[in-house]
Amino acid sequence: MLSLVVGVGNAWRGDDAAGPAVAERLRALAPGIEVRTLDGDASALLELWSGHEDVALVDAASSGARPGTLHELRAHDPALPAAALRSSTHAFGVAEAVGLAAALGRLPARLEILAVEGADFSLGAPLSPEVSRAVDELAERLARRGCAPSRR
Amino acid sequence: MAERRIGSGPLARVEGEGALHVRLRGGRVEEVRLEIFEPPRFFEAFLRGRAFTEVPDITARICGICPVAYQVSSMAAMEDACGVAVPEEVRALRRLLYCGEWIESHALHVFFLHGPDYLGYDSAFAMARDHRGIVERALQLKKAGNALMRVVGGREIHPVNVRVGGFYRAPAPAEFAAVADELEVAREFALEAVGWTAGLPCPELEEDFEFVALRAPGTYAIESGRLASSGGLDLAPGEYGEHFAEHQVPHSTALHSRLRDGRAYLTGPLARYALSGDRLSPLAREAADAAGLGPACRNPFKSIVVRAVEILYAVDEALRLLAAYAPPDPPAVAVAPRAGIGCGWSEAPRGMLWHRYAIDAEGTIQDARIVPPTSQNQARIEQSLAAFVAGHADLPDDELQQRCEQAVRSFDPCISCATHFLRLEIERC
Repeated sequence: MLSLVVGVGNAWRGDDAAGPAVAERLRALAPGIEVRTLDGDASALLELWSGHEDVALVDAASSGARPGTLHELRAHDPALPAAALRSSTHAFGVAEAVGLAAALGRLPARLEILAVEGADFSLGAPLSPEVSRAVDELAERLARRGCAPSRR
Repeated sequence: MAERRIGSGPLARVEGEGALHVRLRGGRVEEVRLEIFEPPRFFEAFLRGRAFTEVPDITARICGICPVAYQVSSMAAMEDACGVAVPEEVRALRRLLYCGEWIESHALHVFFLHGPDYLGYDSAFAMARDHRGIVERALQLKKAGNALMRVVGGREIHPVNVRVGGFYRAPAPAEFAAVADELEVAREFALEAVGWTAGLPCPELEEDFEFVALRAPGTYAIESGRLASSGGLDLAPGEYGEHFAEHQVPHSTALHSRLRDGRAYLTGPLARYALSGDRLSPLAREAADAAGLGPACRNPFKSIVVRAVEILYAVDEALRLLAAYAPPDPPAVAVAPRAGIGCGWSEAPRGMLWHRYAIDAEGTIQDARIVPPTSQNQARIEQSLAAFVAGHADLPDDELQQRCEQAVRSFDPCISCATHFLRLEIERC
């Protein structure tokens, strides 16, 4: 059963707020799921998911796909391209945290990375309508996974 | 002779976007260029017209690794412009925050960016599989630094609790209880880590560096001090511009800073250690001696050992500051604007960071200048690489490339800060 959802992103950078927005909706929808947000150093992820077996990490994506598209990645998938997770040349990003956790044997048994394709990452911009819809759908889907053990 | 170009993949594990270009003709080094093509960032321009109180929050955004350095240098410059000296308690709390930044920035560099080079790994992940204990404990160490920044600064990246004149809120002593425990554990590891770095296989090299760093009476300078150099400079922040000049070079969006006589110089851990090594805490000093560092270290590949000593010092110093902690009350002193110019500096993890502002009587910024450590080091890094390549031109291309990357990383350049990624190219003609 999904026990932790981490929303990654900057709440003040338009569609980069997809992760924190899913987290906020989930707090109301699924009190049984631990919900956290992360806008800083991703090395904290290793601590955050310690003790959890089924974790979802919600992030924004900028790959050129249609806005609102949901990219679904499994951290245990050997084909996971490192570049898919790279969002920063700075510090310690999600890619580093996942890579390091894999090397240290500290990945949760199931770790899904769900990234919502954004359209506008401007400072202070609201969520784009497509992203807002995707965020609602994703929050509802994750909430269902928290209530009953299901493979989605 | 046919031209050969080798290895144009991105040079990883440095901050920002850049490339190293090496041209060899008949085994002789013709040119070494550290190309920085990270787009210019125009911070100095868009600070003009902003309020003097905004500098710590705006300039923190120059870097996600060393925001505190930008905050502290900018606040010092504004306080200088306004003729205000902050109380000792404020200075001590800034130093404590800064220790957190040194710990997390150096831990990232030593164990995740630079360490893998010495053991032949191409990434920290690869190293983590074989050196699990070190990497796990390095994560704990970095976490202790982050925690310290969070308690003092409100959050670990781009702290929000600092302001010109002091802090918005002074943490109560009890808020430090958990982080003090983490730091105690971190100190044990930091001490071992000095020995670990000293044992890493390392090329022998001795360079003649002109070292430039801040120096403070009785302590290892971090948040304040006067500028010292191995050539005997002893300057206040306002005198920096008389002795140093920035130049544009075609291959870099970062300005190169040199001494007025044209010489390149080095700022950062090696410089600090050479100029203030006698002011380390006893524990850090003993560890440096046991690691065989001596009074000065002129081998850039050994900078990893000096960084480890500085981590130990920062942990030790943070614990000392915590033991003596008295919350500044009030947390900030009032700073009224006045027309004038102010300069401030501090020791960012990568080296000295200088700010200069001109403000009007209302406190509106008229002019801003920021000279980050990587700008200062860039010319010296090129010189160092040219010497290294000249001495190792017989190495096969892939090994030479790997060594050059390691050499660049030994200076821990923060290219994002200096521009105002790295690709490596060796050209043999």
